[in-house]
Amino acid sequence: MTDANAAGEILTAQHVMEYPYRRSLGPVLSAFFTGLRDRTILGARTRDGRVLVPPAEYDPETGEATGDLVEVGPAGTVTSWAWVHEPRDVHPLDRPFAFALVRLDGADSALLHTVVVDDKAGMRTGMRVEPRWRDETEGRIQDIECFVPEAGVA
Amino acid sequence: MASQNSPKYNRQVAVIAYAQTPYVRSERRRNEVEMLMPVIAEAVEKSGLPRQEIGFTCSGSSDYIAGQAFSFVGAVDALGAWPPIRESHVEMDGAWALYEAWIKIQTGEVDSALCFCFGRSSMGDPAETMILQLDPYTLAPLGPDAISLAALQARALLDSGRYTSVDLAEVAARSRRNARSNPDAQLVGDLAGEDLLDEPYLVSPLHRYDCPPISDGAAAIVIAAAEVARRVCSRPIWIRGIDHRIEPHQPGARDLTRSPSTRLAAEKAGASDGRIDVAELHAPFTPQELILRDELRLAGDVRINPSGGALAANPLMVAGLARIGEATREIAAGRAQRALAHATSGPCLQQNLVCVLEAD
Repeated sequence: MTDANAAGEILTAQHVMEYPYRRSLGPVLSAFFTGLRDRTILGARTRDGRVLVPPAEYDPETGEATGDLVEVGPAGTVTSWAWVHEPRDVHPLDRPFAFALVRLDGADSALLHTVVVDDKAGMRTGMRVEPRWRDETEGRIQDIECFVPEAGVA
Repeated sequence: MASQNSPKYNRQVAVIAYAQTPYVRSERRRNEVEMLMPVIAEAVEKSGLPRQEIGFTCSGSSDYIAGQAFSFVGAVDALGAWPPIRESHVEMDGAWALYEAWIKIQTGEVDSALCFCFGRSSMGDPAETMILQLDPYTLAPLGPDAISLAALQARALLDSGRYTSVDLAEVAARSRRNARSNPDAQLVGDLAGEDLLDEPYLVSPLHRYDCPPISDGAAAIVIAAAEVARRVCSRPIWIRGIDHRIEPHQPGARDLTRSPSTRLAAEKAGASDGRIDVAELHAPFTPQELILRDELRLAGDVRINPSGGALAANPLMVAGLARIGEATREIAAGRAQRALAHATSGPCLQQNLVCVLEAD
């Protein structure tokens, strides 16, 4: 190895690791992601009336099956946020941004996503935000490009 | 002797030996097996049990850290598994390997067990490796690394008004200070409380000092049912209670400033049945220690993390069992009679284990 290295003769080969199968997201997350593709956000109503976003098949508090899917948002309120000063390669944005928990209007739990504002001073808990949709949606959580301050709100 | 109100188990079980590596930023010279061999040998020798008599072995580690499927199977090489042994593994911190072994002893199938764990966190970027434990559809595609998630928890705690950034800095400073007396700790030294706030943020509101170091290490523990423990060990340290509980996975589905699973696990483990002298809390990020202290309702004079805790050394899959091990070292040294050890798993304290330990 050392000799080859010194001679600049390291051989390389491309290896693509892949999982050649498809999986079903199940009845609830399928509906959620189909909704995102259509630029709507769905939550699941629990038996005691709470609305979970993202929706789940079962209420994590009680283990009971959730019921109807209901449309929420699209705007909501930031319940917590973290300012990423230096984005990593794995992050969806290449400029400073916030990870945030956003409680969408009509929901009782918060969705984790990103918020884009000019700088950290533009973030505060309780701020109103709305989704910025990608031009082309595919049924992925990234169909929401990010959240941005709600239009018409200072 | 035994606290009268301790949870009633089929069998009393004791820790009879513990060993760990010094924790370092990067273990470059030895692979996992080479790290484990001396630690396992030390724990087995200290236990006083011939290796062949130990009834069960359980390990805790993560393939995602080694970057190789079934990497834990390779670690069996460190055991000397011939003649064949009964062996199991959890893709979790070693604290949960201990829990499985404790259950195995409760069933009556075996009377003793060796548990070990290892994590060479330096093989990758641990904050990003931990993304792989998240929901693959709604969370992981957004790349919320472990530090960013902890920062969301920190912001929620600061917003609650219960604590300030100064309180977070004091947790970091005390952890590093305590670590000075722990020869195995990695980050040691003096951090002056309020000056720290001027340091740049890593992910706001967390500074670098609010976050754990990247650490490599391994640990091993031997436990035994009372009849064996009494025979081979002059001072067994009893597991008076052990329990673990879990909360919803979605960080937005729970109050991140609270840890009801910790509170419930402590209750089930009988933590409040007697005075706690020392608490070793697995809190890799400063706000998490404050949240845990509140849930455990620890009295003001309880010594917290005399080892320095996970803020002084955080080998993934080891730092939880290390809390239990460090608590037993406090008891063995006579500095505590009864101790509480805690381990956590998942994002933002999602799952929590509480173990109550006591000398005779």
